[in-house]
Amino acid sequence: MSETPKIPPPLWLLAEVTYRCPLHCVFCYNPLNYAANKKELSTEQWKEVLRQARKLGAAQLGFSGGEPLVRDDLEELIGEAHQLGYYTNLITSGVGLTEARISKMKELGLDHIQLSFQDSTKEMNDFLSSTKTFDLKSRVAALIKKYDYPMVLNVVLHRYNLDHIGRIIEMAVDMGVEYLELANTQYYAWASVNRDQLMPTREQLVRAEATVQEYRAKLGNKLKLLFVVPDLFEDKPKACMNGWGSVFLAVAADGSALPCHAAQSLPGLTFPNVTEHTMEDIWYKSDAFNRFRGYEWMKEPCRTCPEKEKDFGGCRCQAFALTGDAQNADPVCGKSPMHDVVKQIVLKTTNRPVEEKPLVFRNDMNSLRIASEVEKQTS
Amino acid sequence: MSAPMIDPASKPKLARLFRMQYEEAQQNWVLLYPEGMVQLNQSASEILKRCNGERDVPAIVADLEQTFNVQGLEKDVIGFLEIATERGWIV
Repeated sequence: MSETPKIPPPLWLLAEVTYRCPLHCVFCYNPLNYAANKKELSTEQWKEVLRQARKLGAAQLGFSGGEPLVRDDLEELIGEAHQLGYYTNLITSGVGLTEARISKMKELGLDHIQLSFQDSTKEMNDFLSSTKTFDLKSRVAALIKKYDYPMVLNVVLHRYNLDHIGRIIEMAVDMGVEYLELANTQYYAWASVNRDQLMPTREQLVRAEATVQEYRAKLGNKLKLLFVVPDLFEDKPKACMNGWGSVFLAVAADGSALPCHAAQSLPGLTFPNVTEHTMEDIWYKSDAFNRFRGYEWMKEPCRTCPEKEKDFGGCRCQAFALTGDAQNADPVCGKSPMHDVVKQIVLKTTNRPVEEKPLVFRNDMNSLRIASEVEKQTS
Repeated sequence: MSAPMIDPASKPKLARLFRMQYEEAQQNWVLLYPEGMVQLNQSASEILKRCNGERDVPAIVADLEQTFNVQGLEKDVIGFLEIATERGWIV
């Protein structure tokens, strides 16, 4: 019997301080039924979360959501986080980021701002987010640089904007950002509902990757380009979260602690709430965080696979979504007996019907409809 | 890509994007930057601590040799500074 490996401390805390959001992005990773639960932790409860997680070892902190700026205590939380020694990241759509707020946040010690854009064109940006926000985001980008923050520009990629990738990179250069995160859509939550419409073709991807390579050679260290390859087109699974319960700890708006921000899609797991348990118990002792730690839970082909220590069997949420069992190998893996499911999804992009179903925007009405449909199915 | 040569007269300092701090839970020094962290081993952290924009390379080497009572660190220090420059940690 081998010794139980020591559980390492969490390094990353993601504070999803609210699920309220002025945008309605078709690829949002928030839970589909978010509107059915509007509870949010109080300022004091969030401060306690920050203190306990810092003590456990978390050093990186992301304020996210929803749109974190809709909380008017965000500055107070940033100040507390800075005092505690976190490196603080604000992950925002930019809506609500006025000059008064950005300057206050600088004073309180905010370290970095990640701003999302949906596209390099106003039309597509505004269409995909179902808002008129392109001009506002451009103004916010200028403000971020004016206040001398390092900046990550994040653009989620899919069929509708992959062909604009050159222009997106040019836009980032013009804005003076340090990192451009070109994140191909991962198909969870709202993106999974819209998967058939959002999936690019393989040709689009190949072209986009070649363009990224050209710009990398041209730009060097001036702008770091991170191109997150969409795993459905691969046959090696991603090392999701660097292993379940290994570095990452998310706390949802209502205080549920999650080993991954999409984990609420998994059935049969009860996520401990920070109002009822200490962060230490949650990280080290809860069933939810221990469920997929290590290798004991694995089935074949993962169990005896020499790659298991590199990829941890891939993504649990994807395994569940595409095979119906979260303990299965992520079907992206070429060794998965269900890899064909993934091939079929990719194949579908080459012969899409002329008449497509409309995109489902992330908004309260759609969320409540989905929540009530799920309830009907399960009751 | 070959590592950039280090000018011994240069006075390296941590790049603006990085913050260096000691992490109690990890028992080591780290470099923090937007959404990321580099965990430093002891020699890397001892060198970086001395990159304050005031010491040139020979002064950094001399200070390390004195503190740890060893000789002949120059080659290792320059090797590390080259990697750190290439990764953008120091300027």
